Amino acid sequence: MAEDVQLYQFITIFAYSEVRMSALPEFERRERQQVKATTCYMCACRCGIKVTVEDNKVRYIQGNRDHPVNKGVLCAKGNAGIMKQNSPARLNSPLMRKPGTGRGEGEFVAISMAEALDILEARLRRIRETDPLKLAYFTGRDQMQALTGFWAGQFGTLNWAAHGGFCSVNMAAGGLYTMGHAFWEFGDPDWERTKYFMMWGVADDHASNPIKIGLEKLKRNGGKFVGVNPARTGYQAIADEWVGIRPGTDAMLALSMLHVLLKHDQFDWEFLIRYTNAPYLVVHTPGEKGHGLLVRDAEGHPLVWDMEQGAPVNGRLADITPALFHEGEVGGRPVRSVMALIAEEYLDEQYAPENAGRICGVPAAQIERLALEMAHVAFRESIVIEVPEGWTDWAGRKHYQFVGRPVSMHAMRGISAHSNGFQTCRAIHFLQIMLGSIDVPGGHLAKPPYPKHIPPALKPVKDCAPNTPLKGPPLGFPTGPEDLVLDENGRPRRIDKAYSWDAPLSNHGLMHMVITNAVKGDPYRIDTLMMFMANMAWNSTMNTAQIQDMLREQDEDGEYKIPFIVISDAYHSEMVNFADLVIPDTTYLERFDTISMLDRPISEPHAACDSIRQPVINPEREVLSWQEVQLELGMRLGFPALTNKDGSRRYKDYKDFIINWEKEPGIGFLSGWRLDENGNEVHLRGRPNPQQWERYIEHGAFFEMELPENTRYYRHANRDYLAFARQAGWVGSTDQIVIELYSETQQRFKLAGQGLYDGPMPTEAHHKQRLSTYFNPLPFYYKPLEQGRVDEEAYPFYAVNQRPMFMYHSWDSQNAWLRQLCAQNFLYMNRARGEELGIQDQSWCWVESHNGRIRVQVKLMEGCQPDTVWTWNAIGKQKGSWGLSGDANESNHGFLMNHLISELLPKRGDAEDAVTNSDPITGQAAWYDLKVKIYPAAAGETGTWPTFPAIKPLPNGNRSPGVLRYQTHRAVHLKRSLEDILTRGSVHDANQGAVAEEDEA
Amino acid sequence: MKLGLVIDLDVCVGCHACAVSCKQWNTSGTTGPLTDYHPYGEDPSGVWFNRIRHYEVGDYPNNKTINFPMSCMHCEQADCVDVCPTGASYKRAEDGVVLIDQDKCMGCNYCSWACPYGARELDRESGTMKKCTLCIDRIYDERLDPVDRQPSCVITCPAHARHFGDFDDPDSPVSRLVRERAGYQLMPELGYHPANQYLPPRLTRPVPVEDVKGKSLIHSVRDWVNKAVVR
Repeated sequence: MAEDVQLYQFITIFAYSEVRMSALPEFERRERQQVKATTCYMCACRCGIKVTVEDNKVRYIQGNRDHPVNKGVLCAKGNAGIMKQNSPARLNSPLMRKPGTGRGEGEFVAISMAEALDILEARLRRIRETDPLKLAYFTGRDQMQALTGFWAGQFGTLNWAAHGGFCSVNMAAGGLYTMGHAFWEFGDPDWERTKYFMMWGVADDHASNPIKIGLEKLKRNGGKFVGVNPARTGYQAIADEWVGIRPGTDAMLALSMLHVLLKHDQFDWEFLIRYTNAPYLVVHTPGEKGHGLLVRDAEGHPLVWDMEQGAPVNGRLADITPALFHEGEVGGRPVRSVMALIAEEYLDEQYAPENAGRICGVPAAQIERLALEMAHVAFRESIVIEVPEGWTDWAGRKHYQFVGRPVSMHAMRGISAHSNGFQTCRAIHFLQIMLGSIDVPGGHLAKPPYPKHIPPALKPVKDCAPNTPLKGPPLGFPTGPEDLVLDENGRPRRIDKAYSWDAPLSNHGLMHMVITNAVKGDPYRIDTLMMFMANMAWNSTMNTAQIQDMLREQDEDGEYKIPFIVISDAYHSEMVNFADLVIPDTTYLERFDTISMLDRPISEPHAACDSIRQPVINPEREVLSWQEVQLELGMRLGFPALTNKDGSRRYKDYKDFIINWEKEPGIGFLSGWRLDENGNEVHLRGRPNPQQWERYIEHGAFFEMELPENTRYYRHANRDYLAFARQAGWVGSTDQIVIELYSETQQRFKLAGQGLYDGPMPTEAHHKQRLSTYFNPLPFYYKPLEQGRVDEEAYPFYAVNQRPMFMYHSWDSQNAWLRQLCAQNFLYMNRARGEELGIQDQSWCWVESHNGRIRVQVKLMEGCQPDTVWTWNAIGKQKGSWGLSGDANESNHGFLMNHLISELLPKRGDAEDAVTNSDPITGQAAWYDLKVKIYPAAAGETGTWPTFPAIKPLPNGNRSPGVLRYQTHRAVHLKRSLEDILTRGSVHDANQGAVAEEDEA
Repeated sequence: MKLGLVIDLDVCVGCHACAVSCKQWNTSGTTGPLTDYHPYGEDPSGVWFNRIRHYEVGDYPNNKTINFPMSCMHCEQADCVDVCPTGASYKRAEDGVVLIDQDKCMGCNYCSWACPYGARELDRESGTMKKCTLCIDRIYDERLDPVDRQPSCVITCPAHARHFGDFDDPDSPVSRLVRERAGYQLMPELGYHPANQYLPPRLTRPVPVEDVKGKSLIHSVRDWVNKAVVR
């Protein structure tokens, strides 16, 4: 005992002296610092952060280690939040276009928030009382679509959407119409277990940190990473194998790999029979009504051919023995099973690797080998997870294992931004499904509240009336032509022509068409365009220069064709310059916000999650978060959901609304810390809890509920999970979610195009042609539309763009730190190809498309497919915007490829000249369909072209410093003692280190 | 102790998170501020302790892209220290961290010429040389959680490509990584004995395909017709 004490004392003393020896000063002013948890908004990834604030300035932003999304890490954007918060481009007060000056001239007067809200309220009240369609409300950097959609619904306009139509609707729609979830927000690779990962196209950053975390896990576990991308940039740098594909041909590559799998009998027979509609029978009567629809019994159940009974039976039954391949007759009609159609379609020689290789620019042998490698990993390296307590399948049968096929994939913008992106996305999902790798260990996992039934049971609302909320959501999922949003003459009812024959499944709207359509009055004119955080006068629009002209366009009577433009943004963007009224938003560090499961979820595959933002900085400017603005306007306008019967306000403010508003009993924006009947705190479903915000703040600004072990896989067919999900309000029933290889929705539209549908059908020839060509119940490859409408020999290059990792999904070319990483974009092209054309590295060149030309500086590189040129998007800025000075590289050497891209299809003198340059199925903006030619600029021709006049400074704008020396407190220096200087010799002296001695010995 | 970093080139995706994290920590850190010149104007630049270089090796289609983060290597034979005429530049005896006493530095640049790794950065406003301190103002700070007593770049790295530790301890994670993954020093031939080490890309495991090749289409079709699976 005594010895112990002595030893303890010795250790204490020793440790103390150690500390004294290397004692360092206190570097931080902790008495003035506070650490608060909130959610990052530097991109769309929504990572948890801990912000150290010192005297209302940001000292440090660190990833929150406990947070489900980023688990402590933080990307370059998140780390640059200080410079976002301190950007001189921040707006300081509401602004109104100076009376007597023209729109876009940049003359503003500062007004108070009270005045601004009064102006907006009056305008909106008149529209709502007369014709709510005269308001078009579209949001760009939206992470609150549930709230903005709710607002639009209460206002009563159909003309609302977020930015998905020009971002990634093809991926969302492709997934939701196939397997009930999708890439990114609705699903993730099983990073812990996957052994083979294929990334398709530009995807560097849907999402940012999770993919980086996942890639490292994959490589640490010895998995293989294959990158399919025309450019070897970003994540492709660490890919084990790079497939330098021609842009827009990915469907052919995927389906050729599917061909290989079929040819070698490598598909998951059990998975297909139990979990997909592969055995369903399809009517095979080409040229007749009903062709290609599923064979159904009297109750509407799809039929399969039962091998035991030798008869057709309800395919939804358990314990039957469906024939996967079947051809025969049912009720006198010839029928074929879906799988028989799949084999017939994809075993065709057009999908053979030799043919696909020619189209994709990928060697046939590589296509074959990659397909077989995936088959090997899926079927020879399968994973089995034991589930001791068992899991119950959709039919009530108990199983004690989850069998996994550890092949996973990810795809995003590179696939999405083509006019064949929907079918391409489905083709990629087909590969995953054939390998049995959907929601299984090591495969692609859904994230709560997904998977949903296919498609989710929400139809777009068609009607609206003055002073009346919509009867449902403005956006939804059509399953046939009767669900389109058309007037009695078959013309679009929405300003963006979503859910019209131009783009029937445009589930995210077509924000990129709003300005053009409104200015042309096609389908009609509007009164007010209200946009939140969307730079539609610059990098977020196609055809930038002409769109700017349209925003200025006036009628003969001098009225603007879009009479009133309201913009909410926190920063002085190019779009702000075109506003008639600017409502300045807070920064992400200055507001309350919710990241809700009713919205774009942040869940992890095995945990249901949502989160909040809380203000960590006091704005000290006359700004109001757009959340608060919407609540305030809604209550002033008397929205039924926001006011009491007597017209009084139902909620105090945004926070109060978030706590107390319920979508259905027990379900609100936030799912953590609700209350049961006894007042105990419960999660997911429960009545409002007045302490809910406090609970989130106490728990690091997020809620995470891990799913029980037996609900983690096969959730489309897992009754334990489906019952749980139904209770949480995520799904409407516990019916099995049958994966739709064969899409009857697609076939209905195809039949409508062919004149064979019992229901609404298009009358115009080009609509008929588009429906019958591009809609198809099985995915296929077709050339992106622009390529069929321009002279491909005249425009030999594919032109695509992407964002650098440190700016993807960010708003930050203004960011003093991030712009040091890239202040000028170049046009990149393959070195050997450039040299062939006499194009020198860093020379100025003209790039020309059917829509115009631009002058850019070229860089030659190796990692670029030879027929492709590409650039970093949204680096180029209009002079004077974003707090940048006139000499900023972004305005003088940076450029936008947007000028070359038309929002309408290339002109060919036919009816399609007036049709959106988008996917004909979903309306997804076809940014990456662009074809260009490139040639050297003449001697002396340097600098970016076109250039734009400088935007004038704002009346109360901030000065941009010439030198920046940011710190939250004076540095506490470490000092070297004079003794050390005088007594220590050279680093080469032997006494300076053991290693040096050993080396010499 | 010999403190330093291990940087895993197999997983570094070149995202610059480490560089920006370093910037934000250190601009209010012991040698801050880290001045930025023309932050909103032409050719913006500034003081950064950590920079990521991107290279291509090999010609298309056999090209590879390399992301290469570089910061002070905290060399054993740090000539930057020897050449310093004022004694501002020093290598700490207790842990090998190379530092610059900001109150003794006169900004003469000798050290930056002596550094073969380009790690030293002159702050033109303060007139002093600055560089990576290995977050000396974090790693010993007992008011931080132990897990946070690491350089900011290591904590933030989304790909976990950066590791911090003591190379003198053969059992430390950094020593083990170097042993197991054949870690190497950058330009060892120059004789500076950098503490920081890099891990080369892992070799891709070959995935066999012979065992999944089918017999023949006819054979498959015969199987397909007769195969019964209960739903």
